[in-house]
Amino acid sequence: MVDFKRSILMPVLVILVCLGIDYVVPEIFNPYLQTLIAYSGINIILAVSLNLVNGFTGQFSIGHAGFMAAGAYMSAFLTMTFPHWAGPIVGLNFFFNTIAGGLLAAAAGFAVGLPSLRLKGDYLAIVTLGFGEIIRVVLLNIEAVGGARGMYGIHHSASIFWTGFWVFICCFTVTRLMNSTHGRAFLSVREDEIAAESMGVDTTKYKVRAFVISSFFAGVAGSIFAHYLCYLNPSSFAFMKSIDVVVMVVLGGMGSISGSFVAAIIITLLPEALRPLQEITTIDFRMVIYSLTLIVLMLTKPQGLFGELEISDLFRKYVKRHS
Amino acid sequence: MEAFLQHIINGVSLGSIYALIALGYTMVYGILQLINFAHSDVYMIGAFIGFYSARWLNVSDAPGYGSFFSVLFIAMIGCSILGFTIERLAYRPLRKAPKLNALITAIGVSLFLEYSGQIVFGATPQVFPNILEDSIVATFGEVRVTKFDATILITTFALMLILRHIIQHTKLGKAMRATSFNGPWASLMGINVDRIISMTFVIGSALAAAGGILVGIKYPKIEPLMGVMIGLKAFVAAVLGGIGNIAGAVLGALIMGLAEEFVVGYGASTYRDALAFGILIIILLFKPAGLLGKFTVEKV
Repeated sequence: MVDFKRSILMPVLVILVCLGIDYVVPEIFNPYLQTLIAYSGINIILAVSLNLVNGFTGQFSIGHAGFMAAGAYMSAFLTMTFPHWAGPIVGLNFFFNTIAGGLLAAAAGFAVGLPSLRLKGDYLAIVTLGFGEIIRVVLLNIEAVGGARGMYGIHHSASIFWTGFWVFICCFTVTRLMNSTHGRAFLSVREDEIAAESMGVDTTKYKVRAFVISSFFAGVAGSIFAHYLCYLNPSSFAFMKSIDVVVMVVLGGMGSISGSFVAAIIITLLPEALRPLQEITTIDFRMVIYSLTLIVLMLTKPQGLFGELEISDLFRKYVKRHS
Repeated sequence: MEAFLQHIINGVSLGSIYALIALGYTMVYGILQLINFAHSDVYMIGAFIGFYSARWLNVSDAPGYGSFFSVLFIAMIGCSILGFTIERLAYRPLRKAPKLNALITAIGVSLFLEYSGQIVFGATPQVFPNILEDSIVATFGEVRVTKFDATILITTFALMLILRHIIQHTKLGKAMRATSFNGPWASLMGINVDRIISMTFVIGSALAAAGGILVGIKYPKIEPLMGVMIGLKAFVAAVLGGIGNIAGAVLGALIMGLAEEFVVGYGASTYRDALAFGILIIILLFKPAGLLGKFTVEKV
């Protein structure tokens, strides 16, 4: 018996809500704000997916931008070379291209993860950082995707609808995953690797699995980024992009999906919200304030905004208790 | 053959600059298990202190060893103070927090230095003052050793000997080794661990400043973001040699310098930045603790 509520009503509802947002947003917001909303969505996908590796599985990856780049370039390349391979509907093409981008990123994640996830802690961090940089330098040298000039004129197929759709898919997947056997295994790897191993959890296998899923969504985010900006350049995927995502995860709280969600929005909007200040003082203080905020937040709230809790936990903790 | 020897000389000179910076990373990591991302920006500030102190001392157009050493000295002192301040304000309050928080704070400090550097020094590259004149000091057939290369090699070597002396033969060094071996136990033996950590930052930052000045004379273009790539490579060099190990950092840095010089020299210069990481990954896959690092088995 198919659970009607879960398997039919929910997806239909989500698509309707996304379509609704897609219809309403251009009416209310100007293009600048629309872009910010799309960027927030992309960053949410990146942060939530990285949280799967850094927060839930307890591994430390700082090469997320590399996988994003792989997905972005793959999907953009497909869109440019075979504009109508999945039929005449633009959205459908974009959907399949995004999946293709995600799959390439996942394959890259598998290739990177399998040998390197045997390393521990900081060594793993450096190897992922290294792979991220290698992917970028390799892209810089492939003439078919524009090399250092970048890739121009990608079709603008990523709308607010698609961003919202993928944000939902990503958050849904990670939430459901964390409530499954696999999720428990991920958590056990984070809590105590030796104990997990002695309980029969194949730690390397689960680490690689988390890494591959996370890379897939990084690729998806890259694809949306490519089709929203319509222009790609390897320098967009430099080391700083990866660091940005790590900052979102830690700021939101390691192992909190809603935390990553909120932190991604804050980090995307903060530099923009500080723009008026720049106009008053005519000096670009934004990044200085951003970095100071980061330091102060880490000193005063080391567990991040949400800690390990979700919005629903906070609701239960603070609201229900008083009613 | 001549070209080969020339590349070796250039590579060793580049590698010794990496080594100066890598030493700071490896010392801090050895004691705190913290990747001090702000270290590369301390190096940048060092170059800028050199830039301004050369103006202040009026030696911008008076090349010679007198001006070189006075600028070097001022930069090292300035960066020591900076390193001390960073540790005191940003890292010490996080001593007991999870490692990742300290790491994010380090990134925050790094961004802060970079972007306030862009405001204070301006984002456009500046030309480093001419405090040392280049000339050829020795030729072996076609192979030339320039004064810059010789100065870099000799300065680096001298600083490393001093560092080695401090670490192996002074009370401070003994305390540093003890702290890096086991912090809590060292403090039980009456070592003031906080002071030792401060000293580590001071020494590491002074070495980074020296690196900044040496890069300044050899590649005379300095800008607030100059530390990012070189810092990353120096850190990779430290990991390559086995992080926390001082001899390893020097070895790793020399390997990196030589490899980079050869890749550029034999025509694949666009892959230059990927190479460092390529070598690192290959070595880590076979020796997970780096070349000279000790692999420790985790016990329950």
